Amino acid sequence: MWLDTLVQGILLGGLYALFAAGLSLVFGIMRLVNLAHGDLIVFAAYLVLIGVTLFGLSPWLAALLAMPVMFAFGWLLQTAVLNRVLGKDILPPLLVTFGLSVVLQNGLLEGFSADSRRIPAGSLEGASLDLGLVTVGVMPLLTFASAIAAIVALNALFYHTALGRAFRATSDDVVTAGLMGIEPKRIFAIATGIAMVVVTLAALYLGMRANFDPSIGPARLIYAFEAVIIGGLGSLWGTLAGGVIIGVAQTFGAAVNPEWQILAGHIAFLAVMLLKPRGLFPRAVD
Amino acid sequence: MYKLTTRTRAGTATAIAVLVLILAGLALPAVASRGAIQDLFFILTMLTLAQLWNLLAGYGGLVSVGQQAFVGIGAYAMFAGVILLGWNPVWAILLGGLAALVLAIPTAFFAFRLQGAYFAIGTWVIAEVTRLLIAQWKTLGGGTGTSLPREATSNILGTDLIRALFGVREAAARDILAYWLALLLVVVVTGGIYWLQRSRLGLALAAVRDNVEAARSVGVDAGRLKWAVFLIAAVATGLTGALIFLQTARISPDAAFAVTDWTAYVIFIVVIGGIGTIEGPIVGVIVFFVLRSALADYGSWYLMTLGLIAIAVMLFAPKGLWGLISARSGLHLFPVRRRLAGPKIEGGN
Repeated sequence: MWLDTLVQGILLGGLYALFAAGLSLVFGIMRLVNLAHGDLIVFAAYLVLIGVTLFGLSPWLAALLAMPVMFAFGWLLQTAVLNRVLGKDILPPLLVTFGLSVVLQNGLLEGFSADSRRIPAGSLEGASLDLGLVTVGVMPLLTFASAIAAIVALNALFYHTALGRAFRATSDDVVTAGLMGIEPKRIFAIATGIAMVVVTLAALYLGMRANFDPSIGPARLIYAFEAVIIGGLGSLWGTLAGGVIIGVAQTFGAAVNPEWQILAGHIAFLAVMLLKPRGLFPRAVD
Repeated sequence: MYKLTTRTRAGTATAIAVLVLILAGLALPAVASRGAIQDLFFILTMLTLAQLWNLLAGYGGLVSVGQQAFVGIGAYAMFAGVILLGWNPVWAILLGGLAALVLAIPTAFFAFRLQGAYFAIGTWVIAEVTRLLIAQWKTLGGGTGTSLPREATSNILGTDLIRALFGVREAAARDILAYWLALLLVVVVTGGIYWLQRSRLGLALAAVRDNVEAARSVGVDAGRLKWAVFLIAAVATGLTGALIFLQTARISPDAAFAVTDWTAYVIFIVVIGGIGTIEGPIVGVIVFFVLRSALADYGSWYLMTLGLIAIAVMLFAPKGLWGLISARSGLHLFPVRRRLAGPKIEGGN
């Protein structure tokens, strides 16, 4: 019973890590607190839903097609808006993304109404796999695997490519990176674009696993932020660990009393913050 | 002979105008409709919250996204005082301030360990935790919420007098009382912040906001100042929260701890008006209310417009509308700058 709860928690953590991976990338590289991240996930979920319901695509193909659209959106957002407000003061980007969050939520409400929607996943929806000791759902397993794949891919990009070197350099010291011929604003735009690709992947699972409506963004944002902060600034594996900690805390909380699920996750976050105010595995310094 | 002063002609004119406005505001229920009183109540309470958030972020450098925690806990403490202890709702408002203080102390212990973005998210999580805990409190309605009992709302301190004075019904009398209390609160809060800014404490606060290290090096105790600002803002936010839900007489965790209503809008008001000034939130709340009235029939378009305006202001006029006005005209209605006053110095200008 407890082993089962633990496994479910770890798998749930995969979903939260997926929510958080894009945020972790952006936060790590440019210290941008994107309060619209959750709403961007919901926005991408509606984009996938359009592909599925309007054009009859499979969810996977729809998500694949949504990715370049979201990349372009992220690139534009960063170039046209966010780059102008980035600086030493955290207030301007915070306010702009808060504004964006409200705009996205109400725009989606206007376009899609407040009804709960779901991306149909066909036979995958209820499927489960017997692993001997525990039985796990195929969908949670797939989510977790996707989270690992996304983090491996992002890390490969981060540590083994010229672009990744530019990412790390701007993350460590914007001014010096600029002196070495890197254009921080261009780097930031690409980073946000990549983050939006990960957001689309997160949106696919968000939409296939449960119902969503325009108002659920902020709650996802909190889970994502908790995962990023627990993990430590700039560490993607840390973000996965953070997601898993919140996921496990939530499933154990829910096992004790269903009403305590979300509360238990937040309390785990507060406990980590009390012990380690900079998170568990910080790569970069603030 | 020479002395430092913050007094200016515009400042004196504002002081007189404010005094007249307060007196007019007190007498207003004699002529205004109930709807107008309710609108004014909304404006005054939002203005109070905006001034308080401005105190935190604009003067104290504490960018909190969790002020709804204090609105909610204040409102719930007021309900608890009425329903569980049988207090008169007006006195129970004070309980709201006390509860906010009790919550603010551990919150500050925790949140002051965090910097910048971590502080913002940390305060938000604490607000969420408070909401979820309050939703477990079954005697106050749990997740669905509760209403103030009839016998309590029909018996609020001072409503009999108001009914006799203006010849209005009970519900209207409650609105008038809430409006007067809101007027009192906004005057005390705004006046208090203005006084603080003109005092030595305010100077120290501005120094800490602009450069913590430099402020410390000239002997400012930055830590204690932050504590003071955070606790003062929490108590006053709790009182405001209690008052808001005294007027609605109905409460639920989602309404009392709403991040959009009590933090997002409040931040928009401060930013659109101009952060770091007393005038800013006043301008901001007027814009907010005008937009709300003009776009009331268009549902979510109003919020979208508000969000877009906030983004535009941040991009093109980071000091807000009041910043634009005062940069053009050099006008400061609530002057805080210290100037040397006295006879003209020979050869000087």
